Amino acid sequence: MMKRLRLGSTVIALLLAIGLFVLGGLVHPGFANYSLAINILRLAAFLGVVAAGQTLVIIGGGEGIDLSVGSVITLGAILVYQVANGSDVMVLPALIVALAVGVGIGAVNGLGITLLRIPPLVMTLGMAGVVQGLILVVTQGRLTGATAPLMVALITSPLAFEIPGVVLIWLLLGIVMWMLLERTPYGKQLFAIGVNRTTARLSGVRVPAILVLTYALSGMLAALAGFVLLGYTQRVFLNLGADYTLPSVAAVVVGGTLLAGGQGSYLGTMAGALVLTILTSLLTTLLLPESARQIVFGGTLLLLLSFYGRQHRLRS
Amino acid sequence: MIRIPVANTIRLRRIALRQSYRFALLLLIIAVTVNAALQSNFFRPSVLSDDLQTYLPLMLLAAGQTIVIIGGGVDLSVGAIVSLVDVLVVRTMGGNPGASQVFLAIGLGLATGALAGLVNGICVAYLRFQPIVTTFATSFVFSGLALWVMSSPGGNVPPGLVDAYQANLLGLPVVLWVMVVVLVLWNFLRSTRYGRYLYAVGGQSMSAYVTGVPVSLVRLSTYIFSGLMAAFTAVALVMSTNTGDPLIGGPMTLESIVAVVLGGTRLSGGQGGVAGSLIGVVILSLILNIISFANIPTWWQTLVNALIVLLALTGPGIVALVRRKL
Repeated sequence: MMKRLRLGSTVIALLLAIGLFVLGGLVHPGFANYSLAINILRLAAFLGVVAAGQTLVIIGGGEGIDLSVGSVITLGAILVYQVANGSDVMVLPALIVALAVGVGIGAVNGLGITLLRIPPLVMTLGMAGVVQGLILVVTQGRLTGATAPLMVALITSPLAFEIPGVVLIWLLLGIVMWMLLERTPYGKQLFAIGVNRTTARLSGVRVPAILVLTYALSGMLAALAGFVLLGYTQRVFLNLGADYTLPSVAAVVVGGTLLAGGQGSYLGTMAGALVLTILTSLLTTLLLPESARQIVFGGTLLLLLSFYGRQHRLRS
Repeated sequence: MIRIPVANTIRLRRIALRQSYRFALLLLIIAVTVNAALQSNFFRPSVLSDDLQTYLPLMLLAAGQTIVIIGGGVDLSVGAIVSLVDVLVVRTMGGNPGASQVFLAIGLGLATGALAGLVNGICVAYLRFQPIVTTFATSFVFSGLALWVMSSPGGNVPPGLVDAYQANLLGLPVVLWVMVVVLVLWNFLRSTRYGRYLYAVGGQSMSAYVTGVPVSLVRLSTYIFSGLMAAFTAVALVMSTNTGDPLIGGPMTLESIVAVVLGGTRLSGGQGGVAGSLIGVVILSLILNIISFANIPTWWQTLVNALIVLLALTGPGIVALVRRKL
């Protein structure tokens, strides 16, 4: 039953993505062509990578949410930008540094949440501020560095059929996430924690360890998102990742993962990221003013929530 | 005999409520002491009054956020409502309004804030959407409307309004009186049946429902309160900034939540109070003040500020951890 429900919301989100895309083609000829579709996939990939960590955190339940991802994306991109400094050889070390910092930040989040019992929203919100401060200390306000040509080749340049590398990275991440959630003990334990912490603990799951690991993974995936985003923008700015924080939560919810935890899938989140990206692209293509774009985006999000963002009645 | 456990739980509850403020008060005392040491004119009435004028908007916003959080929700749209009402009030007043037009504009702003809260409340309480994503979604609608009303900062308000914000009444600043009114109203509210319902809904919505508390109605009301307080925040901002800005509320949403948590109200709901949140706002502002007076290198200021805030947020958790280990 749960399995069916989960599949159901994923299918709804996928159908919605296709429907929106077709609708885009109908109201604005030229929207639904191949190269624009590729571009949408590319933009959705960035949101999708961030939302991967967010999916894990939210499945883990206990009001799990990671509001520090936006700042970690920016920090990750800046670290890669500065460490690699345009050299192909340094791309891998730079990526490792960025991922390690992401893991560290996420682990601190996890420790605060489990050891100090700080609500995730508060802990990660406080951490977002700290990371923002770290960014200023690291850069001293000067963003020096360069993007290595290798990154551009791997992430932005078309590989085959005009498909850029970032889309393949995203697909690969999708497979890894599916295996992680459905085929490993970690995944089973994470779902168990999300459903009921006490029963999970009583059946031998080391709840704090799993949660710290989950937030660490979220930090790492946010840093990875910073890496791929840098490969696309090729330059950094101080609020590069800011616009990804709450949309990553929205993508997870639109993809049918329950905010209450214990239920969800990354495939759903991928569909959710596609829906949000297509919607944004469509609103941009229609040349609506910023105000109308925001109103329509918010309204559509509300409409989507009415499909599956609803909580149980108290009566039942 | 039966009464004893009831009395005990009430006493325990009182202690718990008192404790929620204790840490905030401690932080406040530390912050004031450090601040006074660094800033020689800190206690001068004119400086205090200036400070209070800066704090008031966030205080009003945090007061509304507190009520939502006590009721078991959270409102991420408050900043957007502030922006919307801010530009709406300035736009409606026009260049050179008469007194009636000023009142009309403010009345319209307050009604808009309450209406925005009503929309949030209906979605959360009756359509049962999750508070975080719902208010995130509506925040787009409200900030879009704000941009529609006024696409860039501009306009000005009659000087009388600015003077009123800085004025004194019976020897004390008007802003202080506003703060006192908020606290008095909150204490009245808490003593009513509605107040008890509010805590019950946030703490144990199931038991509240079973014992006949109108859970949905109470939830709805918290979002209306929060929308209305966001509108008051906007009016205070219009009076203090003397202009309209469609983006002014954006950063205030998360600040309001941080202030509420600093003030000892737990995000899980059913506990806490507005007085703590007002203290939380003062603490947040004092930390910023201290940093600017402490000669910290520019690029380190944000980090130091964020670390202090994080430490303050996690403080009660650290104390509890130490107690558990002992």
